Amino acid sequence: MSEQKLQSQTVQTTGHAWDGDLQEYNNPLPVWWVYTFYITVLFAIVYWVIYPSWPFGKTWIGGVSNVTYVNSDGQTKTHAWNTRALLMADLNKADAAQKPYFDKVAAMSYAQIAKDPEMSGFILSAGKALFADNCAPCHQAGGQGKLGFFPNLTDDDWLYGGTFDKIHQTITGGRHGYMPTFSEVLSGDQIDQLANYVASLSGIGHDAAKAAAGNTLFHSETAACYYCHGVDAKGRKEIGSANLTDDIWLWANVPGAATAEGKVAAIHNVIASGLNKGVMPAWGGRLSPEQIKVLTVYVHELGGGQ
Amino acid sequence: MNLNFKHEWVETNIGLMVVLTMLAISIGGLVEIAPLFFIDNTIEKVDGVRPYTPLEQRGRDIYQREGCYLCHSQMIRPFRDEKLRYGHYSLAAESQYDHPFQWGSKRTGPDLARVGGKYSNEWHVQHLTAPRSMVPESVMPNYPWLSKTPLDISDITDRMKALREVGVPYSLTDAEYKANVAKFGETVAKQLHIPNAQQSIVEQANFGNYDGDRSGISEMDALVAYLQVLGTMVDFNKYKDDTFVNDR
Repeated sequence: MSEQKLQSQTVQTTGHAWDGDLQEYNNPLPVWWVYTFYITVLFAIVYWVIYPSWPFGKTWIGGVSNVTYVNSDGQTKTHAWNTRALLMADLNKADAAQKPYFDKVAAMSYAQIAKDPEMSGFILSAGKALFADNCAPCHQAGGQGKLGFFPNLTDDDWLYGGTFDKIHQTITGGRHGYMPTFSEVLSGDQIDQLANYVASLSGIGHDAAKAAAGNTLFHSETAACYYCHGVDAKGRKEIGSANLTDDIWLWANVPGAATAEGKVAAIHNVIASGLNKGVMPAWGGRLSPEQIKVLTVYVHELGGGQ
Repeated sequence: MNLNFKHEWVETNIGLMVVLTMLAISIGGLVEIAPLFFIDNTIEKVDGVRPYTPLEQRGRDIYQREGCYLCHSQMIRPFRDEKLRYGHYSLAAESQYDHPFQWGSKRTGPDLARVGGKYSNEWHVQHLTAPRSMVPESVMPNYPWLSKTPLDISDITDRMKALREVGVPYSLTDAEYKANVAKFGETVAKQLHIPNAQQSIVEQANFGNYDGDRSGISEMDALVAYLQVLGTMVDFNKYKDDTFVNDR
């Protein structure tokens, strides 16, 4: 009570009364609050001077702060502060650190890169990052691929070829797998014969009589499998047809089948329904030539490079 | 200050207080937003950006229905790490026909602003159906119903008319169609013509066969068509690396 009395003596009220006797003190703002407020006003003014702030007609006031960067033409430019210019400056800094390596990558041939121990260290780290960002979602983190979807990059079986040039071509231009649907052209028995023949090529349990008939059919004009897979059934890398003799499977779920009959049935399915998949996007427009070169060597060195 | 001003007026006049309060709290928004409508470079001048085709737009509707935006942003910021992972930073121009835009800031999954063309259709179908079969460490839910559910295209014209109301240049009249032909070329303009919408969906879905199943048009077709166009409209190889610095 005494405190209230004291206050009523020193602080004025706002001067109006509500409901007869309700009054409101008019205390001054705390000093710390008032000065903090002044400081924020000052901060705002300093900020306006340094950074882009006020709109001005169809443009704005850029502020006195600048960013200097070098663009791809080698011109040094100074621009009012903005995050896009900052990115350019940041990229310049990173380029300066990485440029010697990327210049080397650009200048060296694939054979030279593969032999150079210093370069292989760079390829391993830079390639790993590039592979994880761009390739791993399909080919998986270690490049082991995905049965039924995306080829294994760590073995020495290549649909389109495992040389530096072929890998480079695959990454740059992308790929699109295709095999016609045979269920409309051939009877179920004929496809069964072919499946047994293909199984026999990889040493999988099969019916010898059916396989022999399949062999004839494979090399006949009726099925004409040899057009794409070759007379020796080892595939043709220029069109990406699979080697059928090596017991390495991408489309037919042969490893997943427990019995010999199951394995033949898996092959049967692929022949019957054909394939219009195995699409790899083209990376030519997305990655720089040096990045593609790094990736080419990285994929080549995953284990199966030829 | 007017010496006759009395705070009591505001405190005793609730209508006046409402008006003045709204004025006070809208200042912050107004000074940040309003100038953008008058500044020339807010939307960068860039070639290639067009409204979504009806099929892509339906895919976008499904993207929103399934709440993809809760985990995926569509806004690549101008930082080096984002450029390395996702590609060129997003331009305002690239989302000028998005209503509402999907920029977002929550990234449980990766940014999708430039996911178009990065993976094959087949990957998308498998990944949406069972994400962990493609990316073992993924926490994304399965969306198995997308390829089983036929796409509802019965209300596509209404949907496009609604977007037209908010400024997306889908054409309804001949004059609008001709303006689109001049702006986007005839092939695109045909797809943006509202009376053609259903036919356009059927044609694009059959041609693209996004879900790998030719027996019908599924929601998967639409969603994959949408994902595959994200971030692909502008060809950044046509522009110098610092072209868009001057727009900010």
